[in-house]
Amino acid sequence: MAAAVGRVLRLGGRWSAAAPGGPRAQTLRLIYTTTAVQKKNVGASGPEKYTEEFIKKQIEEFNLGKRHLANMMGEDPETFTQEDIDRAIAYLFPSGLFDRQARPMMKHPTAIFPEQRKIQWGEDGRPFHFLFYTGKQSYYSLMHETYEKLLNAQKYQDQLTAQDLPQKEKRNLAGSRWLTKIELEEMLLEKLSDDDYSRFIQLLQKLMTLPCGDIEEKYIQKFTKEVPVQLEKAVTEPLKYDERGVAFSTGEGTRKTSRATAVVYDNGTGKITVNGIDVLHYFPVLQDREQLLFPFQFLDRVGKHDMVCTVSGGGRSSQAGAIRLASAKALRSFVTEKEVEFMRQAGLLTVDPRVRERKKPGQEGARRKFTWKKR
Amino acid sequence: MAVPRLLRAGERVVPGPARPGSAPPHPCDPRVSLPAAAPRLYSSVSAPVPVPVPVPVPAPPSAVDDSLLSKPLSHPDFFNLKELFSLKDLFNARVHLGHKKGCRHRFMEPYIFGCRLDQDIIDLDQTMEHLQLALNFTAHIAYRKGIILFVSRKRQFCHLIESTARECGEYAHTRYWQGGLLTNAHIQLGSGVRLPDLIIFLSTLSNIFEPHVAIQDAAKMNIPTVGVVDTNCNPCLITYPIPGNDDSPTAMELYCKLFKMTIIRAKEKRRQREIFDELRRKAEGK
Repeated sequence: MAAAVGRVLRLGGRWSAAAPGGPRAQTLRLIYTTTAVQKKNVGASGPEKYTEEFIKKQIEEFNLGKRHLANMMGEDPETFTQEDIDRAIAYLFPSGLFDRQARPMMKHPTAIFPEQRKIQWGEDGRPFHFLFYTGKQSYYSLMHETYEKLLNAQKYQDQLTAQDLPQKEKRNLAGSRWLTKIELEEMLLEKLSDDDYSRFIQLLQKLMTLPCGDIEEKYIQKFTKEVPVQLEKAVTEPLKYDERGVAFSTGEGTRKTSRATAVVYDNGTGKITVNGIDVLHYFPVLQDREQLLFPFQFLDRVGKHDMVCTVSGGGRSSQAGAIRLASAKALRSFVTEKEVEFMRQAGLLTVDPRVRERKKPGQEGARRKFTWKKR
Repeated sequence: MAVPRLLRAGERVVPGPARPGSAPPHPCDPRVSLPAAAPRLYSSVSAPVPVPVPVPVPAPPSAVDDSLLSKPLSHPDFFNLKELFSLKDLFNARVHLGHKKGCRHRFMEPYIFGCRLDQDIIDLDQTMEHLQLALNFTAHIAYRKGIILFVSRKRQFCHLIESTARECGEYAHTRYWQGGLLTNAHIQLGSGVRLPDLIIFLSTLSNIFEPHVAIQDAAKMNIPTVGVVDTNCNPCLITYPIPGNDDSPTAMELYCKLFKMTIIRAKEKRRQREIFDELRRKAEGK
């Protein structure tokens, strides 16, 4: 402790050259100040730092406490897990406090003391990391390592060209992405700026373009993440056959609030039944019947299929649209992939996303405003 | 502008402030091998005040340790660093090549041997002397377990310098220098941090060909500096300038090699002496 005070005094001595001293006022350097004065002058220096041994001591105490707790609860100290600890603490110290962080807890010290707050230098004051004085030691040491890999890769490439060996093929990294800035910050436990991050990614990309060995591959993989394949090919269902041996297929469709299911049969005459009722009676209006006919007309299969549909909800026009989508989806199974693509481009397979817009307060309708009166 | 007059060729000031441990040496000290040691302008340092300076290392106070720390100071070349380099080595590493005449700094004129086809040639005899002093000083700092920081802002040698620092167990800063790193260290690096005891500049200029901020910061914080000064650099605030080339890879590799060897040698010597003292104390104790 005395040594620590002495060190602080020495540093204080270096700083407060102008402070009035006692008999030593003649030398520029050696002015003694007390630690109290020192601490007052220092601004908010951030959260408290913990030494390595402090953390070790905390871990020992935690382990001892865990065994005592297990004995108290009458359980085996060897197989006492963190959940058991939590349950035991909740039982022994019941707390009605709302905030879970405020309740009594007993966790492993590594979970409580965040890693970055450890003091970065030893007893003699020498920092542990050789890049400590840069301020951003983890980031710069990462850059240093990556650059070293780059140099090794370049040397390897030179060796290959010198020996006239064929160049290694470049890797294909489709389906993977670089770590984001936040993920990198979590990895390094240090704040990064956007500039720093982009420089690091550029260095990695440069390393990637060179043909390197397996070691560099593993190193690069530390900074990549798998991207789940987004586009999945829509698999068309195969045709089903009923008791008579006729091929059929089903499809579902929606439009506004209508829900429809359609079953399209092969070897048909063009008969369409909706909710058990013939289409002419269910849809008296020509426009709706045209909507139902559109998928068949598009595929030139007007009189070749029979259709049985059920529909509920919505109005006349939206029910027609729902059945149209359902029949188009069902027809996919009868048709080649190219024609499915044509249907998709025609808009037959897309769900119409338009729904009724809500009325807003202060307006008469969704868009219509009240009549504006000048006075 | 009276300063340039004082710094004539071969002139050396009182070598460094007395932070490493003992009282500041007298200007007539035999260690100051060069003639006419002119005092610096801020003369409050030159007057030898017999004040017991607190030792930076937490060494246990004993009579034996006094000899451990004071004996090396009585030799002119305790670590025998002369054998590490020769004029031929410096020449082969192209240390004598300076920049063009137009880039010449006024204060570097004493160190320049001549100018050939508009290119300045640095006087290698002076370089030898300065290099000897600088390496000797570095060795003493390393012997007394001081923190040494290598600084350079040359991008092509950044990796080399960081590797050198790592291999000899010291520290390096070859990246963007944040403004208050030395002067605001208590806030930026943490409270209770120990600042470097020596800063070695392998290139004194920053990326924009201006003097590196660390030179003036070190002078403000009373940290001695060793620096390789090229013909376009300002050698003013550097405690131990080494006039030499800072652009060629061979020259930089030579400097790195020399500094690494001196530091390792000094640390080895310290370790051996400590072991020796320990054994002797045990023998006396029995």
